[in-house]
Amino acid sequence: MNRSRFLAASALAAALSLNVAVASAADTVNIPCVCELSGAGAVAGTNFHDGAHMAIDEINAAGGILGKKIEMADMDTQTDPMTSRGLIQKAIDSGAYAIMGTIYSGSTIVNMMVAEKAGVPQFTGAEAPNITEKHNPFIFRTSSGAEKGVPALTSYFKDQLKAGKIAISWVNNDFGKGGHDVFLAQMKKAGIEVAADVPSEQGQADFSADVSKIKQSGAQAVFVYLNEEEGARFLKEARKQGLTAPLVGEVTLTGQKVIDLAGGAAEGAIAHVGLATSAPVPSIEDFVTKFKKRYGRDTDHNGIKGYIGVYAIKYATELNGKFDRKALADKLHGLTLDAAKYPNMLLTTSWDANGELSRESFITEVKDGKQVVTGTVPAN
Amino acid sequence: MAQFLQVLLSGLSTGAIYALAAIGFTLVWQAARTVNFAQGEFVMLPAFFVLIGVHWLHMPRWLALVFGLIVAVVVLGLLFKKVVVEPMLPNGGLPLIIATMALSILLKEGAKQFYGAEAQPFPSLFPQTTLHVEGAVVSVQDLMNLIVSLAVVVGLTLFLNRTRTGRRMQATAQNPRVAEILGVNTRRMVLYAFLVNAALAALASFLISPIYLAKFSNGETLGLVAFIAAIVGGFNQIRGALAGGLLIGVLDNLTATYVTTEYRAALPLVLLIAIILWRPQGLLGVDEGRKV
Amino acid sequence: MAAAGPSWRRRGEEGLRTRRLTPILLLLGVAALIAAPLGRTDYVIYVLSSWLTFSIAAMGLNLTLGYAGQISLAQASFMGIGAYTTALMTLAGVPWLIAAPAGVALCFVVGLALGFPALRVQGHFLAFVTLAFNTLFFLVARNEEWLTGGSYGLSNLPRPAFWAFDTARNLPFYYFTLIVFLASAALMWGVVRSPWGRAFRGLRENPIRAESLGVDTRRITLLAFAIGSAYGGLAGALISPLVQYIEPSSFAFSQSLRVLLMVVVGGAGLFLGPILGAAVVILLPEFLRFTEGYYLMIYAAAVIALMVYCPTGLIGVGRRLSDRFSPKREARADMKLGARS
Repeated sequence: MNRSRFLAASALAAALSLNVAVASAADTVNIPCVCELSGAGAVAGTNFHDGAHMAIDEINAAGGILGKKIEMADMDTQTDPMTSRGLIQKAIDSGAYAIMGTIYSGSTIVNMMVAEKAGVPQFTGAEAPNITEKHNPFIFRTSSGAEKGVPALTSYFKDQLKAGKIAISWVNNDFGKGGHDVFLAQMKKAGIEVAADVPSEQGQADFSADVSKIKQSGAQAVFVYLNEEEGARFLKEARKQGLTAPLVGEVTLTGQKVIDLAGGAAEGAIAHVGLATSAPVPSIEDFVTKFKKRYGRDTDHNGIKGYIGVYAIKYATELNGKFDRKALADKLHGLTLDAAKYPNMLLTTSWDANGELSRESFITEVKDGKQVVTGTVPAN
Repeated sequence: MAQFLQVLLSGLSTGAIYALAAIGFTLVWQAARTVNFAQGEFVMLPAFFVLIGVHWLHMPRWLALVFGLIVAVVVLGLLFKKVVVEPMLPNGGLPLIIATMALSILLKEGAKQFYGAEAQPFPSLFPQTTLHVEGAVVSVQDLMNLIVSLAVVVGLTLFLNRTRTGRRMQATAQNPRVAEILGVNTRRMVLYAFLVNAALAALASFLISPIYLAKFSNGETLGLVAFIAAIVGGFNQIRGALAGGLLIGVLDNLTATYVTTEYRAALPLVLLIAIILWRPQGLLGVDEGRKV
Repeated sequence: MAAAGPSWRRRGEEGLRTRRLTPILLLLGVAALIAAPLGRTDYVIYVLSSWLTFSIAAMGLNLTLGYAGQISLAQASFMGIGAYTTALMTLAGVPWLIAAPAGVALCFVVGLALGFPALRVQGHFLAFVTLAFNTLFFLVARNEEWLTGGSYGLSNLPRPAFWAFDTARNLPFYYFTLIVFLASAALMWGVVRSPWGRAFRGLRENPIRAESLGVDTRRITLLAFAIGSAYGGLAGALISPLVQYIEPSSFAFSQSLRVLLMVVVGGAGLFLGPILGAAVVILLPEFLRFTEGYYLMIYAAAVIALMVYCPTGLIGVGRRLSDRFSPKREARADMKLGARS
């Protein structure tokens, strides 16, 4: 009994020796990256992180922000919301000026409360609608939320595909649910019938039941709101079962990863993409080349998010002329950064009072195994 | 009708994979009273060995498959038994379960760190042609999954019942002490069980990865379903694992199509509970009676 | 011959010697816990509160598993029941002091309901039933949006305020958690030392002998499981105000495995085991963070090594080390193990 006590006490003593990194020196600005470097979000988080670091190295090489170099500590949330909450707290304790991350909506919705309480601006890659519905003055997106992206597809379904009956295949987590709910509302407004509503599990491998149900429903087009791998599996199963209705997605369905995984089955898939690494926009093409040169691989929209997030901080801070967190947040509300004047934003970007981002976007299609931009959608 | 046939056939195909994983599970349980929580990862990993063979060692595909099989048998069979199971057997069930849980994390993270977090395409062993049966579409892959599983069950049962080694393995499983007294090299028999399990897991891996794509997280759901399939089918009969796997594969698809998609993940568990309450030895299992 | 005599008498003698030391160590321990967060950053205080909360859940599982020998794989879902009940009630304006006990009571009842049929069947079937229950709980929490907020979860959960003592800041909340922890630990101590506790241990060590001595094995096991589950509910009732946001995946099956890990790593069946185990599972990743992507692998390898060399957990390691330095009398070999399965 006493031995156990002793052991417990020494364990506690060891625990008390936890140290937290002291805030950085006066001639640097601290912008930590709290992102998913392991767990389910590892791919997205790593791309975001790499894009951000590339931006930081460029900025530091050019003299930093207002003469101060940026220091970015990496904190891995393991795609766990509670861990991410703790790490945001840790980042704030270390004196962060602004925070980059997280990407997963489930984590962001938890940890943004902490950043809000501490008054630290946070730049997230998350897309669930509810994040900008909380009237949090310190949260800013680096890509459009589903409530911006999905409506762009409504006219596509109604006017271009002329579909009267639609099916939706979506992943049953907060990301998928957000897109699903917005989509349903949009379809109702447009007067289009939803013939089949098919949720699936994250990580699901067998889509035979899903595709079969969609086939049976007689839908004339399908809205696919899944993550990359599930999207690829869905496309393969749809091809196998001979589902002929056009498959239209948001963000991921025409990504290179999906094309690689689905092979020929990806042909003809359509997606509305807020950030397309394949967009025939010179600034984006440059970015993709730079990234490939530095990291030796292609990136996805998460890499762009990390990159422009850091630049947004730089530009807005320089417009303020000082390092003031509240001023940074205030400046960004209602700000438009024109890509001509601020080239590293890649596209002209605006934020509203809720931190929601507005930007031109693209309709893409997979043709001959490549993502091809077939149309642009103006910022809304 | 076509829809029913479609989901039935797809379910049989998926179920056949579950069955392969469950068979190995049953074998290891019988041989060493070990519940292998890492079985899912055992099915995830061999695909990565093959990918290493193809991409890092530039082997031709057939050679990479053989390489993957051998590495799987050595690492997941021999090493697993010697390094993890053997030292722990005298300590009892719970520490071993925790150890295999930790092992599953180790293998999962290892695949992610050393190979990559993204899903990788995996070459299919069979041509992609599809057949149309009464309005349903079946691929050659689907059929082969089923055929391979059946072949494995038949082959394994014959091996265990008709060969001397097989019968020795059975004896070791049923009563190790008496078997040892009778001159059976029990340690080797247990080793064989682990080797066979690793080989089966590798086979399942090669069949499943073209569809599932090779990803470090594949083991998570697979392990649990294999475990449930083994129990539902009958933990002390090889063909029980086949029955359990197929049943779960088919019922899962039927549930998702006709009943509910949101709760489809509950089905295997509902089956589990039902079986435990109604027929604890499993569908095809043999009642072992109460051991005092 | 000091070595002879029944084990309970030897333990009693040992107890007499240590009895004078124990209250001092106890006081030191409590003092350490009180002093722990002082001068620390918000993040460290948050982690310490998290550790205490999980210790409560692990203590409950320890009763079920370590003392009564039953594997429960649903501890996270009981935490979920406690968390959601507390969240829904506090969001509706009900004070925490009423919401939390409601959650705890609900968990106790559910534990009884779940355990009753499962324990009628032989073997590890409670394990399977709890596995199924946890998964079902997760599915219900995720799908039934009207009740639980679904995948979006419940946010802006309030922190309790007691007259002058507001727990909105992390430091007061830590002390609030500490009080709840100490109270529940004291209660657990009482349970373990009571005749019930002794019946639990008899049950774990030799169920057939216990039954032959007249212990109603089913009722005792059911009680242990229900109490253990209630502790899970209490931990959940603390999680809601701690994180101020709950969603279904925090209470999924994988979290139950995490709590199980805490109990076994710390030392199942030993009173301080779960507390130590919770410290390891929650705090060790913090120390290993510098290894970046590899730390989960290092962690898993360490757990395997621990299970191979010392299945009684870390407290077992401690005991072995002190046995080395001051060899005592030989204890009976079959009394050494903490938990048998």
